[in-house]
Amino acid sequence: MSQIFNRSTNAIARISIWGAVFILASVGWAASILNRSAYNTNQGVTVKQPVPFGHEHHVAGLGLDCRYCHSSVEKSSSAGIPPTATCMNCHKLIWSDSPMLAPVRESFRSGKPLNWRKVYDLPDFVYFDHSIHVAKGVGCASCHGRIDKMRLTAQYPSLQMEWCLACHRNPEKFLRPKDKIFDLAWVAADQEALGKELAKENHLRSTVALTNCSTCHR
Amino acid sequence: MKKLDGPNFWRSLEEYAGTPEFGEMLGREFPRHASEWDGDDDGVSRRRFLELSGASLALAGLSGCVKQPREGLVPYVKQPEELVPGRPLFFATGFTLSGYATGILVESNTGRPTKVEGNPQHPASLGATDVFAQASILSIYDPDRSQTITKLGQIRTWPVFTEELQARVKTSRALGGEGFRLLTPTVTSPALAAKIRELLGTLPKARWHQWEPAGRDPVRAGARLAFGQPVEIRYDFSKADVVVSLDADPFTFGPGSLAHARAFARRRRDAATGGGAPPRYYAIETTPTSSGALADHRVSLKPSELHAAAAALLAAVSGGPADARFPWAFACAADLEAHAGRGVVIPGEHAPGNVHALAHLLNDALGNLGATVLVTDSVEAEPVDQLASLASLVTDMKAGKVDTLLVLGGNPAFDAPADFGFIEALQKVAFRARLGLYDDETSQYCQWHVNETHELEAWGDARAFDGTVTILQPLIEPLYGGKSALEVLAAALGQPAAKGLDLVKAHWQKQHPEAFDAFFRKSLHDGFVAGSALPARALKPKGSIPAPLAAAAVTDGLEIVFRPDPGLFDGRFANNGWLQEVPKPLTKLTWDNAAHVSAGTAKRLGVKNEDLVRLIAGGATLDAPVWILPGQPDDVVTLHLGHGRTRAGRVGNGTGVNAYLLRAAAGLWAAPAAVQKTGGTYALATTQHHFNMEGRHLVRTGTFEEYRKDPDFARKLEEVPTISMYQGFKYDQHAWGLAVNLSSCTGCNACVVACQSENNIPTIGKDQVRRGREMHWIRIDRYYEGSPENPAMHNQPVMCMHCEQAPCEVVCPVAATTHSEEGINEMTYNRCIGTKYCSNNCPYKVRRFNFYDYNKDKHLPVLTLLANPNVTVRQKGVMEKCNYCIQRVNRARMDAEKENRRVRDGEVLTACQQVCPTEALVFGDINDPASKVAKLKAEQLNYGMLAELNTRPRTTYLAKLINPNERF
Repeated sequence: MSQIFNRSTNAIARISIWGAVFILASVGWAASILNRSAYNTNQGVTVKQPVPFGHEHHVAGLGLDCRYCHSSVEKSSSAGIPPTATCMNCHKLIWSDSPMLAPVRESFRSGKPLNWRKVYDLPDFVYFDHSIHVAKGVGCASCHGRIDKMRLTAQYPSLQMEWCLACHRNPEKFLRPKDKIFDLAWVAADQEALGKELAKENHLRSTVALTNCSTCHR
Repeated sequence: MKKLDGPNFWRSLEEYAGTPEFGEMLGREFPRHASEWDGDDDGVSRRRFLELSGASLALAGLSGCVKQPREGLVPYVKQPEELVPGRPLFFATGFTLSGYATGILVESNTGRPTKVEGNPQHPASLGATDVFAQASILSIYDPDRSQTITKLGQIRTWPVFTEELQARVKTSRALGGEGFRLLTPTVTSPALAAKIRELLGTLPKARWHQWEPAGRDPVRAGARLAFGQPVEIRYDFSKADVVVSLDADPFTFGPGSLAHARAFARRRRDAATGGGAPPRYYAIETTPTSSGALADHRVSLKPSELHAAAAALLAAVSGGPADARFPWAFACAADLEAHAGRGVVIPGEHAPGNVHALAHLLNDALGNLGATVLVTDSVEAEPVDQLASLASLVTDMKAGKVDTLLVLGGNPAFDAPADFGFIEALQKVAFRARLGLYDDETSQYCQWHVNETHELEAWGDARAFDGTVTILQPLIEPLYGGKSALEVLAAALGQPAAKGLDLVKAHWQKQHPEAFDAFFRKSLHDGFVAGSALPARALKPKGSIPAPLAAAAVTDGLEIVFRPDPGLFDGRFANNGWLQEVPKPLTKLTWDNAAHVSAGTAKRLGVKNEDLVRLIAGGATLDAPVWILPGQPDDVVTLHLGHGRTRAGRVGNGTGVNAYLLRAAAGLWAAPAAVQKTGGTYALATTQHHFNMEGRHLVRTGTFEEYRKDPDFARKLEEVPTISMYQGFKYDQHAWGLAVNLSSCTGCNACVVACQSENNIPTIGKDQVRRGREMHWIRIDRYYEGSPENPAMHNQPVMCMHCEQAPCEVVCPVAATTHSEEGINEMTYNRCIGTKYCSNNCPYKVRRFNFYDYNKDKHLPVLTLLANPNVTVRQKGVMEKCNYCIQRVNRARMDAEKENRRVRDGEVLTACQQVCPTEALVFGDINDPASKVAKLKAEQLNYGMLAELNTRPRTTYLAKLINPNERF
């Protein structure tokens, strides 16, 4: 009985075996690219909001402190989204008939809250706490970037777990003095030396503790 | 030292007898088919299962591609003062049961009440709550609550109702109130009582009736017999060296039970550490109680013997002749006499009035009255004989003398004595209006139904067992609208627009005109009105011993005992899934009640567990399944009230059997009965075998005497290895641990439900419980010791042990269960892929698996409000278990770190610890030698369950110590 396959088919077999490895590898590579892409993570993506609020104007332009609006950032897990009344403190007098601010005035009049869209949307099984990060010397800019330069608010980091862990594993790379937390433009002269000192001073938990699952998940 | 090997400790009669079925069950570890899809029930065959699992595997990758919708962020328009988003607020209010209040603090997360805690400053709570208060939070959100006012089933508005009501009142007023009646449950509320009296003042001939199916008629009757007036008796267990209960359940039932339990447990605890003599508790019981599980001596007898037993005790104390039927009475009496002025004789809430009177005489004779037993004015606004009150209402209704009836709360059509014919009588009333939380059995027979506000939605006030007044404040706007009894009465008085707050304020302004605002704010803030406890009175009981009633004469036949259900109470909590599913103390039944008989009686009747029997009592018959209860007296059948509802709601309809059908006026708590075998069977869902751990020294007990002789007795039972192949962890910061004191645990289930509430634990239903899939993170194992006729009972709460060398951690293929630096065995739900290896490898069987999407109820908008925002709501296919309330640990640690300090001892209270009436659970940092838990763990009574497996559990137990009387 003659052989079913010609000798030349060996080449096809070899190519397809190696090809399979290559194809699988490329699929894996593509998946990892897709996974880290802005399409998946929303990194750098702005979101349509009821009012096109600009941090650049309010922070860099007017010099408002972060805590004027995000008043619970030092006290609570949530930094706090300002109630309509906070907007109206100024906008009763300034730009009081701007059409852009019509939803704000409407909310204040009717008592119906503004429905903002979340820009930093963590999964529900992640329990982030603003106050402890602030207390330990993590500045706003570390996670929110130069928000004073953003016309519309975009998500600065990828918010993937590897991004969180990058800091939880090496917090000293990001720590800053307590009076610089809200200073978005501040850069350390020697971050390594300062970070180590601050980690000690602020009693940072060990990196083992900071990377325990229950630190963020429960 | 008792020899602990052999079947000294057992959990069920099957285990005691060593039946082959028990062996098989144990070998299988889980009930038959527990982890399989059952083709019959789910309509899924093995083949179909394989198809589905293949398909789901193929689709699993795709489901990861779904982009989650972007969430909204909705700030306030004007943010309330003191509210910080992300941090809960606590408000002091009260929880009432049968009128009596317990002070509570309710956690509110941005306006949603999510958790009930006890109010540490309130005398009836002392920081603890019972199981009912814990579960009341679920009832607010119950989607089956009635949501509208209806007339003959048609939706009506409040103005339409009030107009008709006022017209009725007006007509009645012309007749001087003739034919106008009010029916309420027990009222302790000063504001409500004042409003009722105001209404009755305008209608002089109108009458106010009260009916509470699980009420305190015997307590009032006893007080009347002994003192000539319906006074309140208060017991001080902190000073009691010897306690004799005459069919009472002082630590888990009744208005003062939390305070009693706290005081008694403290005495026992202090005695173990050398602080004073241990107290002694004699439980004389007609049916086993949770308090009886703490007893040093337990005696079971028939209800008809109770009076004779009490009389024998009194005779023994006064040096009278011996009663051969009660040989224990002498030892008991001698002990009481030796501790004269430092003892308590406490009669049961359901024991006949003359037993109460005898108890009062006993306390007087022993000099306890005025020392450990205090007499005060009644806490109730209008203490009446409620059975007589309801009887006169029914008679008048039948005679056509009632033309207007307002039923404010309660559910008399379901729970009135069966021989009253309440429903027929009710229908003879021309105008019947009903205020109720549910459109239930009573609403069905009333033309008007007004939906009531839940207690956590309304303003009101109520008194605690010692008279302390609590102002009840709402935590949330009424979810479904609704009115309170106070508002309905105001409407009847011509103020239909009156608001609860104004009515309560108006009442208290009259009582406290000076600096009223400050007074009201302080009372609201504290959760009670300072100094409102009733003072003790110097009353003495009349000398003569009341003769037993004819009905209480000793009979030879079978007797039936009715008791409020440990979960559903009188039936009012029937639609509360938490209370339906929590395994009842001692019986460990869920979702049903059963006819409890002794093993001897079962043998005589030729029945076994789950056999149906026909009960005949009070001129009616009822088929009920049998559940054999060790410690039950022979020839006594115990049946719990509250099951068998028909209009409770989707959860409560049709669970168990309706015991009220057998309950006639002549025998509200005990009656002669007959029992016949029917031949049928009925499947019950019990958890008593679930997660069994065979033949090891899990529960360890001894006496104070043994402990004095050999303080190390509990630790000697096993050799705990000290070396290990694992490297071990270093705990240089905190090391969290829990100590459970078995001497204190009553098995009351408060911790189980508190844990359920704190940790978003689902209920799963009877069918799933039968498969052993219950989700409670804490289970309370109940052990018997000794003979089945009168065994000692022990309760042991078992939750995750947080082993330092945890068998579960090493087998998880995806590292979803890991070890934290502080020694907490973490469970990371988002990592879990549901292999269940961890559960298989857990020697304690404390891991729970979500076989289905048990939380799908939480997708109902109203039930999402209930969830604790700090705990993930788990989905199908995920393992879960106790995590030492990691959300509370993290919160406390972060707060401490922000202030640059260590977490203080007592700053983290786990949900189970916080609720525990007896302080049986103590959590804290073992690394801090000054912490309470470290001190407890250093005691010689401390032992680790299955520590011989070298798991090094962080949760440990303190062996149970009792103080038996040698001469008993």
